[in-house]
Amino acid sequence: MNTQPEPQTFMFDEISEPLVAKAISKYPEGRQMSAVKTLLDIAQRQIGRTTGSAWLPQAALDAVAARLGAKPMRIYEVASFYTMFNLKPVGKYQLQVCTTTPCWLRGSDDIVSACKKASGIEHFGETSADGVFTLTEVECLGACVNAPILQVNDDYYEDMTAASTEALIGDLKAGKPLPSAGSLGGRKSSAPAPGQTTLLPASGSGE
Amino acid sequence: MVKLTIDGIQVEVPAGSTVIQAADAAGVEIPRFCYHERLSVAGNCRMCLVEIEKMPPKPQASCGMPVSEGMVVHTDSEMVRKGRRGVMEFLLINHPLDCPICDQGGECDLQDEAVSYGRDHSRFEEQKRAVSKPDWGPLVRTTMTRCIHCTRCVRFTTEVAGTAELGGTFRGENTQIGTFIEKALTSELSGNIIDLCPVGALTSKPYAFTARPWELRKTDSVDVLDALGSAIRVDARGAEVLRILPRLNDDVNEEWLGDKSRFAVDGLKRRRLDRPWLRENGKLRSASWEEAFAVIADRIKATAPEKLGAIAGDLNDAESMLALKEFFTALRSPNLDCRQDGAEFDASRRAFYLFNTTVAGLEEADALLIIGSNPRHEAPVLNARIRKRWLAGGFTAGLVGEAGELTYPVERIGVGTDALKALADGTHPFAEVLKAAKKPMIILGAGALARPDGAALQAAAWRLAAQYNALRADWHGFNVLHHAAARVGALDLGFLPGKGGKSTKAMLNGGVDVLWLLGADALDTKAIGQNTFVIYQGHHGDAGAARADVILPGAAYTEKHGTYVNTEGRVQQGFAAVLPPGDAREDWTIIRAISAYIGHALPYDTLEQLRAHLKASYPVFGQPFIRLAGNDTTAPLANPAALSAEPLAPVFGNYYQTDVISRASPTMADCVAAHYPAKAEAAE
Ligand code: SF4
Ligand code: FES
Ligand code: FES
Repeated sequence: MNTQPEPQTFMFDEISEPLVAKAISKYPEGRQMSAVKTLLDIAQRQIGRTTGSAWLPQAALDAVAARLGAKPMRIYEVASFYTMFNLKPVGKYQLQVCTTTPCWLRGSDDIVSACKKASGIEHFGETSADGVFTLTEVECLGACVNAPILQVNDDYYEDMTAASTEALIGDLKAGKPLPSAGSLGGRKSSAPAPGQTTLLPASGSGE
Repeated sequence: MVKLTIDGIQVEVPAGSTVIQAADAAGVEIPRFCYHERLSVAGNCRMCLVEIEKMPPKPQASCGMPVSEGMVVHTDSEMVRKGRRGVMEFLLINHPLDCPICDQGGECDLQDEAVSYGRDHSRFEEQKRAVSKPDWGPLVRTTMTRCIHCTRCVRFTTEVAGTAELGGTFRGENTQIGTFIEKALTSELSGNIIDLCPVGALTSKPYAFTARPWELRKTDSVDVLDALGSAIRVDARGAEVLRILPRLNDDVNEEWLGDKSRFAVDGLKRRRLDRPWLRENGKLRSASWEEAFAVIADRIKATAPEKLGAIAGDLNDAESMLALKEFFTALRSPNLDCRQDGAEFDASRRAFYLFNTTVAGLEEADALLIIGSNPRHEAPVLNARIRKRWLAGGFTAGLVGEAGELTYPVERIGVGTDALKALADGTHPFAEVLKAAKKPMIILGAGALARPDGAALQAAAWRLAAQYNALRADWHGFNVLHHAAARVGALDLGFLPGKGGKSTKAMLNGGVDVLWLLGADALDTKAIGQNTFVIYQGHHGDAGAARADVILPGAAYTEKHGTYVNTEGRVQQGFAAVLPPGDAREDWTIIRAISAYIGHALPYDTLEQLRAHLKASYPVFGQPFIRLAGNDTTAPLANPAALSAEPLAPVFGNYYQTDVISRASPTMADCVAAHYPAKAEAAE
C-alpha cells in the first residue's frame, strides 16, 4: 500500500510535457477543456511512473485545471466520473473486473471471488496488504464476446475462469511479468470458443 | 414569432423558445424540477413531460424541446400523466420521504408534485441510498440524501454566481452534488441555492427547524443592507422576523438576494435599543420619553442654531430624514449632512450621484470601467448582472482600484489615480476599448467619493464618460454605485449643508455643540468634540449609541413603513412587518413629537400627510422611475487635477459586516469566522 503523504504539488515532467502540449494543440482556441481526459491520463501515468502508484492527488487535478484554464470543480467532476481515474493510491497491478450483465452471465462472480482469494483483498476499491494489487469493479469493457473479462492495468485478459485468475495473480505475486493480453482460454481473437465455424477451407460440394 | 397550440390555447412565442416557455406564456402549468428560467437547460429530471402531436409517440421533455410552427401540445393526456407518474416513482425511489422533519415541508416542489403524480406506496424494496451531509459553511444546510440531482445549485454557482464551487461528482447511484473538497461556499449569493433547490436538500442553516411556512406572516419590502434596493419578502411570526427572501423584480434584483441581506435578520433581535437612555455622570440609564425630550429641549433651546447639527446614517427611510431636515430648518440650523463617511462632492444634479445606466440597462453596455469599487462586496446582485452581461459576450471590463477577485475577467488598469490620467490621455490600451465601445459605462464607487479627493474623482470620472461618448441622449454611462441604502434618498432631499452650513467633517471636532445622529454609526465617533452633546436616534446599540448623551430608540427597516431610493434613483416603498421592540417608535414620529415639544410642530400628523408633503416638496418622490438621458454633459464642479496619488482601496474590509444590523448578527459573525479567520480572531 502506498503510505506516502498526499503530494501537495504537481508539475508535468519532461516526459509528460510534450504529450500535454500535443493533446491541447488538437483542439481549437477556447476549447482546451476538450483535452481534459487526456491530461488526466498523462498526469496519472506520470505519477504511476514516478511513485509506482498511478493515481490523481488533488494537486494533480488542480494542475490540470490550471493548465486548461478551467474551474477545478469541472476537473473533479470528470476525474470522479470515470473508473479509469484513481482518486486514491493504488497497487502496482489494478485488477479491474467487469461485472456488467454479459460478463456476469459468464461467471464474473467467480472471477471476483478468485481475485479476492488470491490477492487477499476483501472489498472492491481496496488495496492488498502487500501493496501489489487493487481490486476495482468496472462496467462493460466492450469485450463481451470473450466474457468474462479481467483487465489488469492496460491489458485485457479474456475468457477468464477462477483457476486462470488465481494462476495469473499468483504469477504476478511471484514477480513474473504480465502475460500477453487476450484470451486465456485458448480462443483466437473473437472466434467462437470451440474453434472457427465459418470461413473454413472449402470442403464438400459448396454452393 | 412561432404560433403553436397548447391544450387548445393558441400562443405566439419568439422562435427559439422551448415548449415549457410557451406553456408558461399560455398560462398552462407544467411541473418541473430542473428547469429554471434564469439558468441553462439541463433536461435531467424528466418531470416536464408532454405529448406533442406528429412526433414519435412517446412523451417529450418540454424544457428542452424547441417550439415549431403549428405544434400541437397536450400537457394533460393519459400518456403525459402516466409518464409523469413514472418519473415521480423513480425520483422517490431514493428520496427519504422525511417531510415531517424537513424544513422544506410546505414549500417543496417535490411534495407538491407528489400530491398530483405520486403513488401511495412504493414498489422499490431494495435499500435506498444514503448520502453524507457535507458542511458548506454557516449559511446553507445540506441533507444530500434528499437531493434529486436536478443540478440547479450547480448551474447557479457556475453561471450566476460565477464561483463554480458546486458540481456533480462520481456517477450513477453514487452521484453526489457538492464541493468535492469540503469547504464553506465562498459566493456572496450562496443563499439563493436554498430557494432554487426544489427539494429539502439545501435549506437555511440559521433558520433550521424554526417555523413552517404556513405560520408566517409575509410582508413585501425593500432591502436596505446595500443600495441596490432589492425586492424582499419579510417573513415574521408574532413579533419576530424569522427570515427574509427575495421577491421578483426584473429591473433590480431579478430574483436573487445577497447573503448579508438574507441572513443578517438575526441581527434585528440583538443589541436593540428598546427604550430611551440618558447619560448621567458618564453612565447611561434608562429613561422615559418625557425625560429624554425634556433634556433635549433644554439643550437645543440653550444652543445657538449654528451650533446645532445633524448627520443622517445609511439605513434611514426618506420620511425620517425629511422630518429631521425640516425640524432643523425650523430651528434655523443649516448644519445637515447625510454623508457620514465625510464625502464631499457635487450633488447639484441627480445625474452626478445616480447609477444612471440603471441595473437593467447595464445589459446593453459593451464596455465597463470600474473605478474604486468592488461590486462583488458593495452590491453582489449587481455584480451578478455584470457577470450575466459578460457571459452574453462582446463585453470588456476594466478596473482602476484594488478590488479583489471579481466573477468576470477585468483588465487591471492600475490601483491609483494615475491610471485615470492614462485613460484620459489615451496612453493606456484600455482607452481603445472605451473608444471602440458603442455603449461604454463607468462605475464610480461611493468609497472613492468619500476620499479627500472625492470631488476630483467624481469630476475625473465624469470627464472620462464625456470623453468616451458615454453621455448621450440615448445613453447615460456615468454611474455612482452607492452602498448606503439611505444615501440617494437623502441627497434627493437635500440632506446636505445649507447656506453657510457645516459638513460632517466640520461638525466633528467640536464644530457643533449639539449633534443629532440619525442612525449614523459609521463615522469616527472619537472625532466628535469632547463637549458636544450627542443625541443618537436609531435601532442598534452600536458606535453612535455608545457615544450618545441621549438615546432615542427608533425602528429598523422591518418595523416601519418607509421610502427608500436605490442607487439608480428608483423610489421604492418598504412595509412594516412587525412592531418596533419595547418603547421604540417609527423614526419620523419621534422627530414629529419632539418638534411639537420644542414648539416647532412639523406640519404633518400622519404618514400620509408626511408623504404628500414629501412629494410636493421633492417631486422625484412622486414620479415614476425613468432612466435619465445623458445629453447634459456639464461636468460636476471640482478640479480633476486635485487627485491624490493614493491607491483606491476597497471600502469594505469584508462583505458580511458593514452596518449595525449585520454587525449584531451572529450568522454574519460566523461568516466572517469562516471566510476571514484572521479578522474574527482579532475581534475576539
Ligand atoms: S441539492 Fe437541490 S438544487 Fe442541488 S442538485 Fe440537489 S436537488 Fe437540485
Ligand atoms: S459486459 Fe464485460 S466486457 Fe461487456
Ligand atoms: S424540467 Fe424538463 S427535464 Fe427537468
